[in-house]
Amino acid sequence: MTTATTGTTSVKGSHGAPHTRVEGPEKVTGAARYAGDVPFAELAHGWLALSTVTRGRIRSVETGPVLAMPGVLAVLHHGNAPHVDTDYVGLLGVPDPTAAVFQNDRVPHRGWPVALVVAETSEQAREAAEALVVEYEEEPHDIAFSAGRPDAYASGGPQGQDVEEKGDLEAELAASAVVVDEEYTTPEEHHNPMEPHAATARWEGGRLEVVDSNQGSTWIVNELAKLFSLDPSSVRVRSEHVGGAFGSKGVRAHQVAAVMAATVLQRPVRVVLTRRQMFSLIGYRSPTTQRIRLGADADGRLRALEHDSLSLTSTVHEFVEASAGVARVMYDAPAHRTANRVVRLDVPTPTFMRAPGEAPGSFALESALDELAEKCGIDPIELRARNDPETGPVSGLPFSSRNLLACFSEGARRFGWADRDPRPGMRREGHRLIGTGTAAASFPARAIPSTAAVTAEADGTFTVRITASDVGTGARTALTLIAAEALDVATDQVRVRIGDSDFGQAMIAGGSMGTRSWGWAVTAAARDLREQLALGGSIPPEGITARSDTSAAIGALAATERHSFGAQFAEVSVDTATGEVRVQRMLGIFAAGRIVNPLTARGQFVGGMTWGISMALHEEAVRDQSSGGNVGADFAGYHVAANADVPHVEAGWVDDPDPDDPVGIKGIGEIGIVGAAAAIANAVWHATGVRHRSLPIRPDRVLLAGEGTQRV
Amino acid sequence: MREFGYQRAVDVSGAVAQLGADPEARFLGGGTNLVDLMKIGVERPAQLVDISGLPLGQIESTEGGGLRIGATVTNSDLAAHPEVRRRYPALAQAVLAGASGQLRNMATVGGNLLQRTRCGYFTDVTQPCNKRAPGSGCPAIEGEHRNHAILGASEHCVAVHPSDMGVALAAFDAVVSYETADGPEGATSGGELPIADFYRPVGDTPHLETALPPGALITGVTLPPAPVSARSRYRKVRERASYAFAIGSVAAALDVRDGAVHDVRLAFGAVASRPWRAREAERALIGAPADADTFAAAADAELAAAQPLPENGYKVTLMHNLVVAVLTELREETAR
Repeated sequence: MTTATTGTTSVKGSHGAPHTRVEGPEKVTGAARYAGDVPFAELAHGWLALSTVTRGRIRSVETGPVLAMPGVLAVLHHGNAPHVDTDYVGLLGVPDPTAAVFQNDRVPHRGWPVALVVAETSEQAREAAEALVVEYEEEPHDIAFSAGRPDAYASGGPQGQDVEEKGDLEAELAASAVVVDEEYTTPEEHHNPMEPHAATARWEGGRLEVVDSNQGSTWIVNELAKLFSLDPSSVRVRSEHVGGAFGSKGVRAHQVAAVMAATVLQRPVRVVLTRRQMFSLIGYRSPTTQRIRLGADADGRLRALEHDSLSLTSTVHEFVEASAGVARVMYDAPAHRTANRVVRLDVPTPTFMRAPGEAPGSFALESALDELAEKCGIDPIELRARNDPETGPVSGLPFSSRNLLACFSEGARRFGWADRDPRPGMRREGHRLIGTGTAAASFPARAIPSTAAVTAEADGTFTVRITASDVGTGARTALTLIAAEALDVATDQVRVRIGDSDFGQAMIAGGSMGTRSWGWAVTAAARDLREQLALGGSIPPEGITARSDTSAAIGALAATERHSFGAQFAEVSVDTATGEVRVQRMLGIFAAGRIVNPLTARGQFVGGMTWGISMALHEEAVRDQSSGGNVGADFAGYHVAANADVPHVEAGWVDDPDPDDPVGIKGIGEIGIVGAAAAIANAVWHATGVRHRSLPIRPDRVLLAGEGTQRV
Repeated sequence: MREFGYQRAVDVSGAVAQLGADPEARFLGGGTNLVDLMKIGVERPAQLVDISGLPLGQIESTEGGGLRIGATVTNSDLAAHPEVRRRYPALAQAVLAGASGQLRNMATVGGNLLQRTRCGYFTDVTQPCNKRAPGSGCPAIEGEHRNHAILGASEHCVAVHPSDMGVALAAFDAVVSYETADGPEGATSGGELPIADFYRPVGDTPHLETALPPGALITGVTLPPAPVSARSRYRKVRERASYAFAIGSVAAALDVRDGAVHDVRLAFGAVASRPWRAREAERALIGAPADADTFAAAADAELAAAQPLPENGYKVTLMHNLVVAVLTELREETAR
């Protein structure tokens, strides 16, 4: 794989210049310890036993034989586990009962945690957990997800509106010269971070301490304190290094079970999940079926836009994959209707997964735009330019900045879009058809109040303390650059400490909000510290510390449509004999606020685009209708793009500093994946003349899809 | 994981004796499949006999121009061997199409032949599976079977054999050598199985996968000389560009003289419980004009026996197209 990056961001101060990860040497030498690596004296190991039925009640847990096995210390289950309190509203709403383990005998899906076996070694715990006999009273289950579910209901989830509408949709569609009316589907997809979830809990000096891998340690503190009825100050969570999270690393069954076991046994207990267990315990992206109706005049100007998305959730917790939200930002029309609906089935609870809503939503919407461009005979980029709104299509609010067209124009230049023959099926190289496609991307740019502390040390260096989480994005490095600039010192004079809840409340690494929220708090504390230092005087041995809380500043932000934007380009080859689709090159140009560190930003963008390749061509979790479980819940069965699938990916950006952020940041965590699958699907159409409206675009689907790919 | 004993074997007869008649003992080669299966509880051996140190790591020429490949030769060494690449290029290509570099450094020839299916029901001990738990049923037939068999399956099992290497060995009429206990006092004797007889038909015993006698140790594979094999290739189709099992593959060798097929070898992967030698297709090809019509007709002759399931009918089209494509490429090579 080769990658390249360019940007027009002006280089100023410490950031803007590429900087390798400050913890890079630790990570590449193996010195960095992840949650499952940290040693503890007297450590016991817990192993979760998961249900093998999809719906029903636990009749009995046969603990006797297992307790007699070598090394086994305890078996926790609904009959003996400590009570936890789930009657609260946390950062992301009410808690998912999947994490509040062992509270009753109900089994709402296959792979539901039914017991924790604790033993002296991990191997003993696993063998005993797998030997544990659990008897069930099984009930018929329903996991059939389809567009026509009569029991689906409208909901936007805690994050968004269910239905937004204006104008007379049917009248505008009837008056349209051109109409696109299609259904698009995306499959169940799983995060699969490289590092499995792991947590160790212990009681130390009257405090509960958890060594964890998470997206926000104060978030986990707040949830555990509520669940176990503790004062948050008596809980400490640390998460030094995180090997990927993508939305899956919040409070989950393993932390809660570890706390329960540590409480019961009064010794440290570690619980680590297997890859297979992660498929049912850490959330995933719901499948979607999305219907898009577009009506336009002959010149491509939209008269009607409808985006209706159905996703699924479990019977015990509502999570909505709000895929229709993207249309509320991207395109306006006199008649505009967006609806998010959900159906409750006997499946695990889905959750936030990289670009929740926008990733599947952009596949449907940006594919439909390409179909409209084809029908109107208009270039896909020109079509988007003609429909670029002045204000928020639903809110009517101004955009803080909207540099989508600048992304398209820079991308088109670099990709060579002008030379493209718009007709499909025209480029052939041997037995392969070649095509190119494009799509737009957007993701909200938000900030959440956070606190930070910056200390001027007596030796002339500076220490930043903030409960940030570096989930592999380079956040620790970005905060080092931000602090160095705010303090006007060299980066090697700044030490950034993160991942410890004792540093105070802060935003999680999520929603593309981490670096912006933390950077704001660090900048505020650093500026305050500089003012204190400007008064002169010597620095005492304990240093001088300034603290910040951005609640007031963020609360004072004017309501506006604040988003990152981007333009995705892809070139694919399609083997007409075998149906194999390979991406040959990709280019993404983004308008995503000020870029703090081009090196790690490139990693974020290219990583997201690579995931887009995966989403377009590979990823799909198959659920067995009869058993209700995933089939092939491992890396042999669940394919993600391999290196050979990612030949040449470039990412770049245009100047787009956020006018209201002290650093100019918008956030870049999610936008790389948005629109990527649509660009690839549109390229497959351009190569073959066949539309693929269901992901992933597998060889069997291409092979059986008709024109140009029949039997040779 | 169940606790298990571990012994290291130093010679073949010792290895066979150490395994003995214990049904809960397994030979351990590279461990790339067995250890995975142990972790997920599909295999629960009480004893492992490590054969990776046996003197079976050689590749030697036989009289007449064939090759004898030791059972513990690693996949990497097999694919890199100059005589393999020269005389049986499809074999080297097949091996390199499988797994990853790290896995190929560990995986052995004997273990590759004996690797188990990657059917998602087989690898999930909470599911029924006639291959893993005889008589429990086959949920794949009504369930997820997009990558399951279209040839030679039964109502008891529709799983496919995952090996790439085995497809090339099937095309080249490999013969598997083994050593088995013979009488008391640790005596052993050798035996041979042509690859065509090495894998048993599925029938109602999908858990009995090979014709090896109980306790037998594979000692090597012999490739008979065949001039046609020098012009051969392996083409694998999979759902991503690397590190995935085939959804269809072809090993083919072709010798065209005066525009007609003089000699041919053809075998399919990912379509049956074993590497599938396409003898019907070969019969249709021999002596016929080496053109696309012949290739298509030959593919159809083999695939006439296909019994696809609702979700894997694409494999019939895929294999047809692959046969035509690979034979066409080989013919064009011959013409150059």
